Amino acid sequence: MEHKGKITDLQSHTGVEVMRCYQCGKCTAGCVLATDMNFPPSYVMRLLQTGTKENYIKILGSNSIWLCLNCENCLGRCPMEIDIPKMMDYLRTQAIKENILHPDSKPIISFHRSFLDSIKYTGRLYELGLIAEFKARTFRVTQDLTIAPAMFLKGKLHLLPEKIKDRMTMKRIFAKTIENVKTENK
Amino acid sequence: MKIGFYPGCSLTGSSREYNESVVAIAKVLDIELTEINDWNCCGATAAHSMNEELSMSLPARIMAMAEKQGLTEVVVPCAACYNRLKVTQHDLKDETKRKRVSEILQLPYDGSIEIINVLQMLEKYGAENIKAKVTQPFAHKVACYYGCLLVRPHSILQFDRVEDPQSMDELIKVVGGTTIDWAFKTECCGGGFSVSRTDLVAKLSGNILEDAADRGAEALIVACPMCQSNLDMRRGAINKVIERPSDIPVIYITQAIGLALGIDAKELGLKRHFVTVEL
Amino acid sequence: MSKIGVFICHCGENISATVDVERVAREIGGMEGVAHAIDYKYMCSDPGQTFIKEAVKKYDLDGVVVGACSPRMHEPTFRRACAEAGLNPYLCEMANLREHCSWVHEKGEETTEKAIDLVKMLVEKVKKNNPLESIKVPVTKRALVIGGGIAGIQASLDIANTGHKVILIERDPSIGGHMSQLSETFPTLDCSQCILTPRMVEVAQHPNIKLYTYAELESLEGFIGNFTAKIRLKAKSVNYSTCTGCGACIQKCPVKKIPSEFNAGLGTRTAIYVPFPQAVPNKPVIDRVNCNYYKRGACKICEKTCQVGSIEWDKEDEIISEEVGAVVLATGFDVKGTDFFPEYGYGKYKDVLTGLQFERLASASGPTFGEIRRPSDGAIPKKIVFIACAGSRDPAKGIPYCSKICCMYTAKHAMLYQHKVHDGESTVFYMDIRAGGKNYEEFVRRAIEEDTVNYVRGRVARVYEKNGKLIVKGVDTLLGGEQVEIEADMVVLATAGVANCGSEQLAQKLHVSYDPYHFFAEAHPKLKPVETNTAGIFLAGACQAPKDIPETVGMASGAAVKVAALFSNNELVREPIIAVVNRLAPPLYSTCVGCFMCETACPYNAIEHEEIKARDGSLIRTIARVNSGLCQGCGTCVAFCRSKSIDIQGYTNEQVYAEVMSLLND
Ligand SMILES: Cc1cc2nc3c(=O)[nH]c(=O)nc-3n(C[C@H](O)[C@H](O)[C@H](O)COP(=O)(O)OP(=O)(O)OC[C@H]3O[C@@H](n4cnc5c(N)ncnc54)[C@H](O)[C@@H]3O)c2cc1C
Ligand code: SF4
Ligand code: SF4
Ligand code: SF4
Ligand code: SF4
Repeated sequence: MEHKGKITDLQSHTGVEVMRCYQCGKCTAGCVLATDMNFPPSYVMRLLQTGTKENYIKILGSNSIWLCLNCENCLGRCPMEIDIPKMMDYLRTQAIKENILHPDSKPIISFHRSFLDSIKYTGRLYELGLIAEFKARTFRVTQDLTIAPAMFLKGKLHLLPEKIKDRMTMKRIFAKTIENVKTENK
Repeated sequence: MKIGFYPGCSLTGSSREYNESVVAIAKVLDIELTEINDWNCCGATAAHSMNEELSMSLPARIMAMAEKQGLTEVVVPCAACYNRLKVTQHDLKDETKRKRVSEILQLPYDGSIEIINVLQMLEKYGAENIKAKVTQPFAHKVACYYGCLLVRPHSILQFDRVEDPQSMDELIKVVGGTTIDWAFKTECCGGGFSVSRTDLVAKLSGNILEDAADRGAEALIVACPMCQSNLDMRRGAINKVIERPSDIPVIYITQAIGLALGIDAKELGLKRHFVTVEL
Repeated sequence: MSKIGVFICHCGENISATVDVERVAREIGGMEGVAHAIDYKYMCSDPGQTFIKEAVKKYDLDGVVVGACSPRMHEPTFRRACAEAGLNPYLCEMANLREHCSWVHEKGEETTEKAIDLVKMLVEKVKKNNPLESIKVPVTKRALVIGGGIAGIQASLDIANTGHKVILIERDPSIGGHMSQLSETFPTLDCSQCILTPRMVEVAQHPNIKLYTYAELESLEGFIGNFTAKIRLKAKSVNYSTCTGCGACIQKCPVKKIPSEFNAGLGTRTAIYVPFPQAVPNKPVIDRVNCNYYKRGACKICEKTCQVGSIEWDKEDEIISEEVGAVVLATGFDVKGTDFFPEYGYGKYKDVLTGLQFERLASASGPTFGEIRRPSDGAIPKKIVFIACAGSRDPAKGIPYCSKICCMYTAKHAMLYQHKVHDGESTVFYMDIRAGGKNYEEFVRRAIEEDTVNYVRGRVARVYEKNGKLIVKGVDTLLGGEQVEIEADMVVLATAGVANCGSEQLAQKLHVSYDPYHFFAEAHPKLKPVETNTAGIFLAGACQAPKDIPETVGMASGAAVKVAALFSNNELVREPIIAVVNRLAPPLYSTCVGCFMCETACPYNAIEHEEIKARDGSLIRTIARVNSGLCQGCGTCVAFCRSKSIDIQGYTNEQVYAEVMSLLND
């Protein structure tokens, strides 16, 4: 049965039992971004419960999974202790894998990619580099035009990246995880 | 008191003042901080939004390095790093995950290190001992803002109460301040969306600032660089979306304590804030 | 040699359609020791029974095996027939050829062979059977009822009205329980006090009821029909035989700010107090924890006020002993306080109340005389929010069950609010409305349709206070998850009903089982709802699970009938299927080595120590003995006994071996 299969699949990847959700809505009631989402968190759970491909694709293509901040308000209050943020993490990786991406995901993915690039090469976050790369990725050239210089003046930005010594390990970590496509959906 | 120290990236860059204030009060309180050798970034939200194994491997390396150095307890002032380290430690109790991560790192990891946040470090040091060193009581009415990452997920962090936590409030009272009872202590400020979705950060952080201001707080006290930079550096964007633009400063708990211990504002990095601090 | 009679039943065609019954009778007839074997269409019928009776006499049978249906169905029938013919009934056994054979197998050779085996086994067993006598225990015809809520009141009255004596003990200074705290009751909205008070008075005046208030059970020993209860009478510090209940002392007591339990903390009381005006008995007790004299050694104002000198300062708790034959447990339930809810403010907001507190506000005898007013400032709330399932159905909070009563009382609360505050707005946040019961659904519909209560389906994530308002962050899941924010003046939580504090310890004292939530467990969820696993101890009301008044009263009457049925006998006759520790002639006395493993194993505490003494009174040995009143014949001890000294009568090891060996000897 398609429905059962999808639900078991989700559980084996995330440990989250979507059928336990009894649709009380407490997660949505307390979610700080529910109103900005295409589907609020409890609705996402309901769509997943149907186990249909249609609804699954609906979720992957929604902005809900990208707007979720992993603030865990929902999990903290859910009577069934359903780990929605963990499910959101998984759905994000799946959306990237399936390349079903809501426009809202673009700046967010760009930011995450820029952030990770910075760590990959230096081992630490190089904030100036991050901002530059993010701008290049999103073409938001004018964003934060005033903030960066101000940060610099307050001594909050390094001009040059700090590099750790053991950059080999960093490279290996990236190679064996995010760059290893086989593990993408682990 | 001797303790391991993981500053994390923010504390060496955009949140230098947090680092400065941690170091400054540690000196006055005779706490010896030993930085982890050649530490790396914990990966923050970006890693666990994108790849689970990456999100565990980065913190695991940090803890493996600390173990190698013989540290048993490490203080992590950044709430985001603290959260990532604690959650990773919890996840790696799983045998298969731990094996996989060791294989990636090619470093031994046994997960024995005690990870604590800055509030826990100060609690451990002892309220009485801090009180004894106060020279200029921090006589201000403030709102303690904990954010998400210090308290959730409660099942793993087991720190303070889930709703309406009290530990920061207690510390402020120890150094002579008063704290308000307010509603947004643990509501999200927008976290990692600072750069990518500044509009949402402005909305969420705006709600927080408004409630604190409405209830007469002179300042917001935080223990997380992400919260601090959202609420402070993004004030321009925030003030555009809230009805009554706000100029309450947002300072770190370590800065507040530092002031009470008589440490100079500059040494505590109070000049680095965007919203002027006059306390 | 044995002379066994075997009777194979066709059960109409139930057995004979698949089993060759004639062959069974024929082959068994050829077995050693079988004196007579026949088959017949209906062995349970009159002619069938007559065959057995006649055969017992004619062949002088010393054992009977009936191959028919389940012994659950007809063992008593055939044993009675044997007894009438003069054969000890325990020498009659049944082989189950229907449920164990014909109903579960196809017709065929093998099926018949299995039937033959089944009968053969019992023939071998019966050869080893001993005549047994049923056990008779005397019955003390007096009941102990623990807990004086509506359940305990009803059970006491019903038992007392059958002519038997009742001892009712209540922990608090008055009987009445939660029902005395309620305003009006669903689904009829009749005043709770008005229907309860007459019953409370009836209890106090009933010649068959002895009421001990401010009393708790200390211990219970013995077994069905023969319990000894030790009861602690807590010191009331007031002599009830002289106190007139004038209340002068209460007026004068200077300690006035103690939160009143009766008003669920919304009002105050004095240190010497009667919990509420209609209390039974209507005489005060002194709360020693808060009394100035007991705290600091000075005051005694009440003593000076009392015209009849009833104050007894030095009185101590008294332990009395009562013999009873049955016990009814009716200790009720409790509700969670608002402090149980982090997300609703940990109990720090004065205007966030529990449903029980709202009952007190809505009650004419309450702190606001029935006006709905905010505890914080006395204002009449214009907007009120009710949150159903607060704590219930919440595994994360450790309470996965439905508390059952809250849907109904929440509808009642919203209705009462609308009746009292005409321009008020009420909202109920709910997950499901559970209104199963006579006129219940209609009642909820009335709240929605006629009293315009706003029902919103969804849970509330949090409540916080701002500018004197309580901000309620809820959701309407029927609108696809639209957030609903209400600035309320008062929030009422329908907090979960939970087991009463101390119920676990009480259950242990009584050896009754309890569920994971510490509610007392019934013996069977459907067929024995008022019995416990311990014979002679019955359950009534909300101590078994949260329930409303009609159900509580029904259950209490049910328990009372069980008690009355027990008391209708002078003696209890029990099946002798119990454990015995063997006895041998001196100097052996028994093979029991006195290790008392059986004592640790027995779930019913039936193992006693027996001292074997010489003529001069010196102790020779201590061995185990089974108390035949307590033993339920479960056989656990048999498995534990290392020296094989215990056997279950009627199922001895020897008998069971004989059955098994009959199969192997083929
Ligand atoms: C807010 C609220 C509103 C309600 N409204 C309605 C309604 O409108 N209609 C309706 O039908 N039902 C209503 N109910 C349900 C009703 O209260 C219960 O059905 C009823 O009280 C159960 O009676 P009980 O005797 O089993 O328990 P209780 O009323 O709890 O009585 C138990 C008694 O036992 C005593 N006791 C406890 N432990 C011991 C001990 N160890 N030794 C001696 N004594 C002990 C207690 O002091 C108490 O007097 C409501 C309940 C609540 C919480
Ligand atoms: S709070 Fe939990 S149970 Fe309720 S709707 Fe959300 S996920 Fe489902
Ligand atoms: S973790 Fe995501 S879904 Fe849950 S409350 Fe926070 S933002 Fe909403
Ligand atoms: S002695 Fe105790 S009970 Fe009596 S009046 Fe004084 S405080 Fe009240
Ligand atoms: S048979 Fe069961 S109830 Fe009887 S004494 Fe043995 S263990 Fe106890």
